[in-house]
Amino acid sequence: MGRFVARRILYMFAVILVVSAITFGLMHAVPGGPFEREKPLPPEIIANLEKRYHLDEPLLMQYGRYLYEIFIPRIDSNRPGLSLENDFLINIRLGESTWFHWMNFGPSYSSRSRTVNDIFRDNLPVSFQLGIMALTVAILLGVPLGIIAALKQNTIFDYFGMSVAIFGVSVPVIVLGPLLIWIFGVTLRWLPPTGWGSKPPYVMGVFPSTMGWDYWKHAIMPAVALGLGSSAIIARLTRASLLQVVREDYIRTARAKGLKERLVLTRHALKNSLIPVVTVLGPMFAALVTGTFVTEITFGIPGMGRYFVTSITNRDYPVIMGTILLYAVFLVVANLIVDLLYAFLDPRIRYE
Amino acid sequence: MADLLNVQGLETQFRTREGTVHAVNGVSFQLKEGETLGIVGESGCGKSVTVMSVLRLIPSPPGKVVAGKAVYQGKDLLKMTDEEIRHIRGAQIGLVFQDPMTSFNPVLTIGRQVAEPLEIHMGMSRKQALERAAEMLEMVGIPNAKERLNDYPHQFSGGMRQRVMIAMALVCTPQILIADEPTTALDVTIQAQIVDLVKRLQHELGMAIIWITHDLGIIAGLAQRVLVMYAGQVIEEAPVKELYGNPQHPYTLGLLNSLPRLDSDEHRRLASIDGLPPVLLSKPTSCPFAPRCKYAIERCLAENPPLLQVGPDHYAACWVHPETGRPRE
Repeated sequence: MGRFVARRILYMFAVILVVSAITFGLMHAVPGGPFEREKPLPPEIIANLEKRYHLDEPLLMQYGRYLYEIFIPRIDSNRPGLSLENDFLINIRLGESTWFHWMNFGPSYSSRSRTVNDIFRDNLPVSFQLGIMALTVAILLGVPLGIIAALKQNTIFDYFGMSVAIFGVSVPVIVLGPLLIWIFGVTLRWLPPTGWGSKPPYVMGVFPSTMGWDYWKHAIMPAVALGLGSSAIIARLTRASLLQVVREDYIRTARAKGLKERLVLTRHALKNSLIPVVTVLGPMFAALVTGTFVTEITFGIPGMGRYFVTSITNRDYPVIMGTILLYAVFLVVANLIVDLLYAFLDPRIRYE
Repeated sequence: MADLLNVQGLETQFRTREGTVHAVNGVSFQLKEGETLGIVGESGCGKSVTVMSVLRLIPSPPGKVVAGKAVYQGKDLLKMTDEEIRHIRGAQIGLVFQDPMTSFNPVLTIGRQVAEPLEIHMGMSRKQALERAAEMLEMVGIPNAKERLNDYPHQFSGGMRQRVMIAMALVCTPQILIADEPTTALDVTIQAQIVDLVKRLQHELGMAIIWITHDLGIIAGLAQRVLVMYAGQVIEEAPVKELYGNPQHPYTLGLLNSLPRLDSDEHRRLASIDGLPPVLLSKPTSCPFAPRCKYAIERCLAENPPLLQVGPDHYAACWVHPETGRPRE
């Protein structure tokens, strides 16, 4: 197990290398640059800016420099946060004036006073909180809906549940969001239409420091709007998987032993039917917690979803690299967790 | 001895896209205390559906028991509430299935699965039930039974798994053990071990057995009485020696002739029965075996023969006397 995890973490670095190379190549292949404006800047200023951000160097050298900055840790006497060029994600104080620094994702070109690590520190936690809540909504809604639909196959419950599921997949957040805001935020005035209830600093880098009603009331609508689509996917998968499992021989064995139908279901069918569901949870988790553009824009949430989009239109190279790599890391880690969950769900799966 | 289980006129149908399949058409039989009843017949003749119908384990829909009764200890299993039949299954009537590979839940330990009937029927605690389960596993010949309680089904071989399945079916010491082709998925040496095991257990625990198989060889050494089924009907019923020595239905005769024999000329070709069993989209009105039968007469195509007494304790559903080829009186 330990060796399996270690191997998978090594493999994660390989993934990051490949993803970073492709992203780096693609973003430089796209026409335009970070300092092009409708009203062009004087060529001298552009030259100066490019020199400052090392954009005048050969591409391979730039890529090498980027990898060096994010991968190679260093120990020096610089306190963290002194300059935008040297802002590290991980800073550990080793001695009176000795610091351990690791992972410098560079400054943002379009918002001059911020770094990519600032985005990770301030905006990622918001997206993370929203994503976790949306995923919780998706599971708590999707799994029971799928179970009911499967057990009452071809009855009104099944049709109702699956209608909700179809509704969830086919109505996008850009429709559902404003609808919720209009009903609960504007008309009924139960919930604040926009905003987010927690501010930095965050506990352990991601969790809000207070979680009162003030926090939750901001979260309910976006979490539901975002979670509904995923809950539909989970509901359909749970239904299909459970319908298959209840036809298995061991379910007949369980009935032949005289088990109550409820026990047959909870003890013998459910765990077996959750494996496909767990499989989609990995990518779903990665997609939800790293920020969702439409939901965050709709509800005015200061998450990092918008950086995925704006960084590309702005050719903000470090932000593009940072967001894509973050997504890749979340995806790989989530899939690793999914693989470990398999071993928990199915004893036939063992890793070494 | 008294009848433990009395099945009368059982009919089971399946609704399919092609129409209603008449899988079981008026099957009747009795099971006495402590006896072993064999049910033989080829695939699709309704053997499994018959016993599954008795225990109401037919998936419904599409399956439905449309007629008949199955009286166990004075009560009709087919008319019981779901709760009542639940207390019969696993407690009074144990079941062993054909495929030991797929009949266990892959994600639960063997201990949990074998102990489960004790917990639900005997009200034992998990700990007590596991202890009893270990004893039962020892009884069916699982080495180091106590340690193996925590193992999962995939950690057992096919033969061992079938032993565990038998232990699971017998753990509440039921009155009846129904074994639905328990040896079909096993290789021949393991088959013999399983048969010996079940015989020994019957001697020790005294339950009656219904043993379903398509293997006449296994039944010969195991059962006291045999039902031969064809197209959802019982076509012959006799004590085991009588059936092998004096088969009265052409189908039984054909089955026996298709067995390889150690004492015959080694160049003899195995006889086969030409043709296929009928598709049961309607209830048979003529003898369902007539199209494949070399003794068939006109009456066979006009009238489906009921079970006729052809000897003491010997019944056959045939208008013709297969030894003489003449119609029976």
